[in-house]
Amino acid sequence: MFETAVLVETLVKAVIVVAVVAGMAGFATFIERKVLAFMQRRLGPMNVGPYGLLQLAADGIKLFTKEDIVPQNAVKPIFMIAPVIAATTAFVAMAAVPYFPEFTLFGYVIHPIISDINVALLYVMGVASVGIYGPLLAGMSSANKWSLLGAARAVIQMLSFEVVTGLSVLAPIMMIGSLSLIDINDYQVGGITHWLIWKQPLAFILFAMAGFMETNRAPFDTIEFEAEVVAGYATEYSGMRWGLFFIGEYANMITISVLVSILFMGGYNSLWFIPGAVMMLIKVSFWVFLFLWVRAAWPHIRPDQLMWVCWKVLMPLAVVNILITGFVLI
Amino acid sequence: MYEVIAFYVFAALTIGMFGIVVTSRNALYAMSALAGGMIFISGFFFILDAEFLGVVQIVVYSGAIMALYAFGMMFFDTTRDVSEKMRSKKIAYSLSIASAVLVVAILCAPLVGESVEALYPSIEGVGNVQMIGVVLFTKYLVPFELAAIMLLVAMISGIVLASKKMDEYLAIEDEDLEDVKEGR
Repeated sequence: MFETAVLVETLVKAVIVVAVVAGMAGFATFIERKVLAFMQRRLGPMNVGPYGLLQLAADGIKLFTKEDIVPQNAVKPIFMIAPVIAATTAFVAMAAVPYFPEFTLFGYVIHPIISDINVALLYVMGVASVGIYGPLLAGMSSANKWSLLGAARAVIQMLSFEVVTGLSVLAPIMMIGSLSLIDINDYQVGGITHWLIWKQPLAFILFAMAGFMETNRAPFDTIEFEAEVVAGYATEYSGMRWGLFFIGEYANMITISVLVSILFMGGYNSLWFIPGAVMMLIKVSFWVFLFLWVRAAWPHIRPDQLMWVCWKVLMPLAVVNILITGFVLI
Repeated sequence: MYEVIAFYVFAALTIGMFGIVVTSRNALYAMSALAGGMIFISGFFFILDAEFLGVVQIVVYSGAIMALYAFGMMFFDTTRDVSEKMRSKKIAYSLSIASAVLVVAILCAPLVGESVEALYPSIEGVGNVQMIGVVLFTKYLVPFELAAIMLLVAMISGIVLASKKMDEYLAIEDEDLEDVKEGR
């Protein structure tokens, strides 16, 4: 009986997370267009609904009703399943992420995390890296040279930034002594001065940069950069299959935002009079805004520059950071 | 009860995936199925409460190794079927069945004898990661360090092999460029 209760609770939480995050991902596309527009002194979408708000619904209808084209020479099953992989892995990664502090609803304590496993941080990063199969399989099955180039770039990029993510996050883990995101959050109780960002500034910067690479955001969006590889892996896609890739990308963006907030910026601990849940929302919103801000402010870099910066600059810095942290801890 | 259901679901999925890997003629099918099978194997680790190994299975096999395989595959036309050269089907089938039976027998022998005991039984309240760390850095320290040295040797030799004539190639390219510039 108890097992069934846990199962039902987990199912309800999973459905809520998927629904809310998918909705947020859709809304993020609208925010992105608006923010980019304001930064470039334009208005952005204005015609559909008040202040262009219903543009979201219009885009949704367009995506769902568009013809789903599969190219003649493509490997059909793989071509069709690739976007699903991209979206699913983005959501599966969220299973181990705590969003808010626990609260009581109708006399029942609710932990806003789907599954509290011991190795949550490693799990989230691992599953997010499996998300590379979306672009990879899409590129290889499309029978299109631009797609293949995009897929090759996706693999190169992943092999480069994964090292930086893993090494940069090692230093904070050494200080905390746990991989559980709840422990990491509890380590930073006690106001702004206890945030890990002050103790590990270098790790913070490295992890943030690797986060930008992981979500394929500018300035590291080499795998779908229009001027070089048309739309990269997504060249042959249309309609909702194309949409699924981007739901996955925005969901990944939200995961990275939550992860950075928990790891380095105090997580869901309350600050002064602001409750923890609101703090979390503020931080995640700030990070999503930062993703858009950087896109508006910085030019793209080439894949060779990306690899150069990963292997020759960021990785040694991460190793030095671990070394210093080790000496300080001893 | 749910554990049993989960076990059979994962077992069926894993066998199905690896079945596709072996029987498919298309390299892309085989590769995707192999990656999927690797991920489903991690499900068993999670059922056994060995979260760390489960995550490592995902990170190492599905994340790193399969990505490298995929990178190698990009040099072929993966959208076409591969024609396999098999001289005698009888020998291939009988050998594979015999080896499968042998593996099952070797793995099941201790189970039948009921002499399976955990050398390091898990301690209540101590996490997975800590347990592995303690065992790795006490009893298995030497094999662990040896594996690390082996990887280092492999990495250095890889770099040496790849960059043997790198300077020459770069020089040739520069000369070619100059040739082009001078209109030769």
